[in-house]
Amino acid sequence: MLEVRDLGKRFGGIKAVDGASLDVAQGEIVALIGPNGAGKTTLFAAITGFVPPDTGHVRFMGEPITGLPPHVICARGMVRTFQIVQPFGALSVRENIAVGAHLHRPRRRDALAKAEQVAARVGLDRRLDQPAATLTVAGRKRLELARALATDPKLLLLDEVMAGLNPTEISEIVPVVRGIRDSGVTVMLIEHVMQAVVSLSDRAYVLNNGRIIASGSTAQVASDPQVIEAYLGHGAAERVKSQLQASHAS
Amino acid sequence: MSARVAGIILLALLFCVPFAVRSEFWLSFWLLVLMFAFLGQSWNVLGGYGGQFSFGHALFFGIGAYGTAVLQMRHGVNAYVAGAMAIGVGAAVGGIIGLLVFRYRLRGAYFALVTLAFAEVARVLVSSFQYTGSGFGMLIPLSRSVENFQFADRRVFYLIAWLLVVIGSLIAVWLENSRFGAQLMAVRENEDAAQALGINLVRTKVLALTLSGGMAATVGVFYVQNYLFVDSHIAFSPAMSIEALLVCIVGGLGTVFGPLFGAVVLHALGEAAKQATGNAPGLNLVLYGIVLIVALRFLPNGVAGLFARKPRRKQDTGNA
Repeated sequence: MLEVRDLGKRFGGIKAVDGASLDVAQGEIVALIGPNGAGKTTLFAAITGFVPPDTGHVRFMGEPITGLPPHVICARGMVRTFQIVQPFGALSVRENIAVGAHLHRPRRRDALAKAEQVAARVGLDRRLDQPAATLTVAGRKRLELARALATDPKLLLLDEVMAGLNPTEISEIVPVVRGIRDSGVTVMLIEHVMQAVVSLSDRAYVLNNGRIIASGSTAQVASDPQVIEAYLGHGAAERVKSQLQASHAS
Repeated sequence: MSARVAGIILLALLFCVPFAVRSEFWLSFWLLVLMFAFLGQSWNVLGGYGGQFSFGHALFFGIGAYGTAVLQMRHGVNAYVAGAMAIGVGAAVGGIIGLLVFRYRLRGAYFALVTLAFAEVARVLVSSFQYTGSGFGMLIPLSRSVENFQFADRRVFYLIAWLLVVIGSLIAVWLENSRFGAQLMAVRENEDAAQALGINLVRTKVLALTLSGGMAATVGVFYVQNYLFVDSHIAFSPAMSIEALLVCIVGGLGTVFGPLFGAVVLHALGEAAKQATGNAPGLNLVLYGIVLIVALRFLPNGVAGLFARKPRRKQDTGNA
């Protein structure tokens, strides 16, 4: 469904994304993980048209979409959310979600009805008439999700929808994301919360210094020595291994 | 009382003015208030709902005024046809400037400066050519008849101005209840998020500027038919641009009746000050400045904000 090949983006002398390739198939939940500054958000931005990539190409549903503007890519069915939430502060929750719903619904009444329906799905139905600016962080993350969902996407790119949430809030939103996948929307997510990554995703890609350094099933990836070193530093894989052996021995 | 109800009551009262007021002076005064309310509404479409602050709305007013005057005087076009064409030109110029400016992602202060520059250039241009009456302006010969869009009875003009304000309010209501309006407000609130949700930023802003330009040009056409005279200092003056944005900010940005409230309050105060001081020149401008500061300090949502219900307490905003 999504095919990214050798995507590269540099900012001045820094290669934020350096020849990254990945695939997402219909119906999956795929995680994109990696240490801070690895280039995950830039990779999302390059895929969705927010920053034009310098090299490589992106295909979505078999069509090339490299370099298309974000609103065109959105209309084709790929929507992203923002790590730093971007609510339409002065508008109510209902109006916020309706903006997304309007993409395929010209009539106001239809868009508002869709907004209510989506709000119920992500657990915002009690806050429909509240201005978006008064929502908590958890509420705003849900709003990001709801607005994106209201555009009826085929592929949803979620950029850290769980960052900044407490464990209770995370355990509430995990089933929401799973429900989205079960309703036929493919999901790719950037996430730091490993609990969520492991319980949600089928597969994971690991990005470090702009390169994909590992991919595979989530459990596989989490025990990959290269990945451990990327997160914890050089030599960390050896230490972790010996500690594990020591604890097994005792 | 909500701002909506207050606005409707005010409109109803304004409708009665020509039947209740005998004085020519006060009729002209309220006529001017209505005219600036509609000019303000044109600015409100772009600035209040779209978040794009223009400092050069006089450009569109001037295009409407000069457009209809030139077409009538130099080409003998019928007043109504000339008016319609001038409004079309105003809208088209809005669209073209929008394409230029928004295509290259100018916003905020840069957008304001570019619009100001366009208005100033237009002012210099029309005062340089014989064709546009050079420094003298353009005078439309008095020939009162319905075919010429000139009426002996000023009350007819007054009712037309009133109707324009009603239409302007309906446009604002439409914006608040349509896809285009929702997208425009989304662009105002957050361009990145709007784009991510499939909104074409350039298209949305260009359409808003086109609509706004056409509305402002309508005021220009109306002005010329009413006063039968226009010169570059009236038509393209920064004072006109400032009046357009001031009535909105004082009245309430992005609200249906904000421009009307603002126009009434500003002109009532300006007139009161004039009467009290025996017509000291420029005093109304000083007063406008003071009103603006007071409004920004105490009424961030304008006069319309006065009517808003008290903000709900932030209870219930715990875990969403």
